Amino acid sequence: MGGYILRRLISAIPVLLGITMIVFLIMAMIPGDPATAILGAYATPENVERLNRYLGLDQPLLQQYLIWLGNLLQGDFGRSFALNRPVLDEVLERFSATLILAGTAFVLCSLLGILAGVVSAARQYGLADKTITFAVIVGISVPSFFLGMMMILFFAVQLRWLPVSGMYSIWGGGDLPDLIRHLTMPALALSVVATGVIARLTRGAMLEVLRQDFIRTARAKGLHERRVIWGHALRAAMVSVIPVLGIQAGFVLSGAVYIEMVFQWPGIGRMLVDAILKRDILLVQGGVVFVAACYVGFNIVVDVAQHLLDPRIRA
Amino acid sequence: MRLFLQLLFRNRLAGFGAVVLGVIVVLAVLTPILPLHPPNETNTANRFLRPLSEGHWLGTDHLGRDLMSRLMWGTRLSLAVGFAAALFAGLAGAAIGVLAGYFGGRIDNVTMRGIDMLMAFPYILLALAIVAVLGPGLMNALIAVAVVNIPFFARNIRGVTAGIVHREFVDAARLSGMGNARILWSEVLPNVVPVIVIAMSTTIGWMILETAGLSFLGLGSQPPQADLGSMLGEARSALITAPHTSIVPGAMILLIVMSVNLLGDGVRDALDPRLRSGAPSRPEATTRVERATAPEATESGLLRLDRLETQFRIGKRVYRAVNGVSLNLSPGECVGLIGESGSGKSVTALSVMGLVASPPGVITGGAVRLDGQDLIGAPYEMLRALRGRRVAYIFQDPLSTLHPLYRIGDQLAEAITAHQPVGRAAARARAVRLLEDVRIPNPAARARAFPHELSGGMRQRVGIAMALANDPDIIIADEPTTALDVTVQAQVLALLDELRRSRGLAILFITHDFGVVSQLCDRVAVMYGGRVVEEGPTTDLLAAPAHPYTRRLIACVPELGGGRRRLAAIPGLPPAVDDLPPGCAFAPRCERAQDACRAGEIALAGKVRKVRCLFPETTP
Repeated sequence: MGGYILRRLISAIPVLLGITMIVFLIMAMIPGDPATAILGAYATPENVERLNRYLGLDQPLLQQYLIWLGNLLQGDFGRSFALNRPVLDEVLERFSATLILAGTAFVLCSLLGILAGVVSAARQYGLADKTITFAVIVGISVPSFFLGMMMILFFAVQLRWLPVSGMYSIWGGGDLPDLIRHLTMPALALSVVATGVIARLTRGAMLEVLRQDFIRTARAKGLHERRVIWGHALRAAMVSVIPVLGIQAGFVLSGAVYIEMVFQWPGIGRMLVDAILKRDILLVQGGVVFVAACYVGFNIVVDVAQHLLDPRIRA
Repeated sequence: MRLFLQLLFRNRLAGFGAVVLGVIVVLAVLTPILPLHPPNETNTANRFLRPLSEGHWLGTDHLGRDLMSRLMWGTRLSLAVGFAAALFAGLAGAAIGVLAGYFGGRIDNVTMRGIDMLMAFPYILLALAIVAVLGPGLMNALIAVAVVNIPFFARNIRGVTAGIVHREFVDAARLSGMGNARILWSEVLPNVVPVIVIAMSTTIGWMILETAGLSFLGLGSQPPQADLGSMLGEARSALITAPHTSIVPGAMILLIVMSVNLLGDGVRDALDPRLRSGAPSRPEATTRVERATAPEATESGLLRLDRLETQFRIGKRVYRAVNGVSLNLSPGECVGLIGESGSGKSVTALSVMGLVASPPGVITGGAVRLDGQDLIGAPYEMLRALRGRRVAYIFQDPLSTLHPLYRIGDQLAEAITAHQPVGRAAARARAVRLLEDVRIPNPAARARAFPHELSGGMRQRVGIAMALANDPDIIIADEPTTALDVTVQAQVLALLDELRRSRGLAILFITHDFGVVSQLCDRVAVMYGGRVVEEGPTTDLLAAPAHPYTRRLIACVPELGGGRRRLAAIPGLPPAVDDLPPGCAFAPRCERAQDACRAGEIALAGKVRKVRCLFPETTP
């Protein structure tokens, strides 16, 4: 097991290098001069040149990349010009907010999706199955940002149950119950699409598994149907569900951008959009690399989980 | 094509999607000639008019622009951009995938590593990075969304292409001297196109959603031009005061994406042959029962099957797999049930505890009495309590019948705790003892093994141990040795025989092998076409078979006690049980058959030796 994790970690190194390369190349393709972008159209040529030299932009591309990479490895992501603070500080602060939002949504969509999928399969063609199937069709088609806005209208404005936006109350907030109240709507809105996808996949996987011979064996042993469905069948179905959970985590992380905009959540997605609109390149670069690296790490966790679950691939 | 459309519209939801999408597309195409206000005509005096206002059906937005008109123009734009992105991503991805899959080797390796790298990003990061480079704008958002989706297509289509390249028809084309370009065009592409269409039809909804999303973030279409996403983005600041300005474009996106998704699912189902027969049905916890009345109870015994009837209903066809089978099993007795595949012997066995897969299986008549109590139509909880406790099963292929992901010790322990109030540790200890009972060496270590780590013979011993877990009165063994080597087969049979004698088990042994029957069984029933055609004590029946079918069946076995034998010596095929001839089912293959055989029902006659034949080989 340890060996497998190690091998998996080593195989992530070229992927991470590739990611930095792609991000660097994309950013290097930006037309025009970053210094001009920073200083504005009225900057003097001397100032532009000085800033370019200061930023190392007069160096060849490969050297620029290596310097940037070297700095990244030392934890120096550069400085955001628009915010005038180290990129890494800003990224870490914003990413932790995103992690709370996306993490909660991910847990929600995994639990709800698997639950709905199993119930749907166990009651195939029954009322519960039809209801869930219909909800899934709507769920995977609804734009999360629109859903978020409708939730604000209904739960915050109409019913006044939950706060409209933000992560904590401006006055007096800051504790866990306050966070949960602010988190409920965005996390739900964010999880809907992934819930639908996971439910649909789980249903299919369960229907496939329930036809297998070992399910008949479990029933022939006299196991209770609950145990047959939620134990034997689900355990086997998880083998095909878990890889999809990994993919959906990426979609949840991506969807967080929209939800952060709708709910004014101080996460990294909103930071990136703002940075793009302000052309704050280093912040975009640092943010993208950081999130992509975290995602690679998460996928390793998924692979390890898959490995733990299925003894056949362990052999 | 006609078939495709037929299949598509047979799916009602897909048809609904197609109609809704069709209407939206037609309206979007006609937008320039519809009598609408100009979409960008501002009128600040009429800001935020509610829907159904005079002259503005859907009201106006924050600049007093007509929402109806903006909605139609926005829909037009969103649809165009979404389809364009899908087309671009699909074509570019397909090109990459086909080339990588066709040429393989280094080209394949390098391209696919690059694709993997792109897939390591959460998609929006890549899209944001691309927009950051190109600058905000609808065209750039389109490019970003398309590029982000290329890897998905490339990977899918590479897989399909790589699968086709090594097929015979491509080799044939190559041998006939076709160039790569011709082969790609005429041999590979036609086979890849359905995959491209499926991939596109299932992702196009996503593309529309993603471009709308980028516009919503302010990175797509720039004012005054508006697609649905940017309309929603602009309306967000007035969400609370004028919700209709948000609801109108949002609901439109939902409607478009939903109809596209429904249609896409329909296209996939219609094009993908594996899905054509419809979603698989899962078997229910017990077999369905549709029985008018139970036959009168006769004499009591341990297990009595009385005129049991089990059918499979697939579509409009009815397969009478078990057609009035009666059998009797006394304590300590071993009865063999023998027949070709499809004769109904396994279904008979599974019907006893309601384990026939349902749908499509239905028990339609007869009774199964355990100690005089009828099990057909018994409540689930009663049946469950008897399963494994009094009547246990051993199945044919222990690799597929044991759960692949549980340790065998746990699977055994679970069988015990299902019926007995023992703790986990005690159950585990019992599981190890059971493994010992079935002569598995080093049982404590083997209990921690997974099924795939054992040999076939060991696995079948585990299957037997599981059946013994609760000291049942009856074991129903459904071809337990068919999947095993002859030597292992002999060991397993010896073990079963020994356990039967030491524990006083009654065994119903299903097989197609007379050799096995002669070793183990006191009595034999021969099944053909869902019916018992002959029954009697093993030695008598083997020595002097009365039914022509039995005689032919025994004649197929060159030497008793040998391994598996085929039934090649009987001309013709076993009957299809959805279309049984009247009278004797074996008549079409029987050289003794006369007109009377095909006239009507023939009864199973006799007391100890029973036979269902008008002209038996011997008179019992």
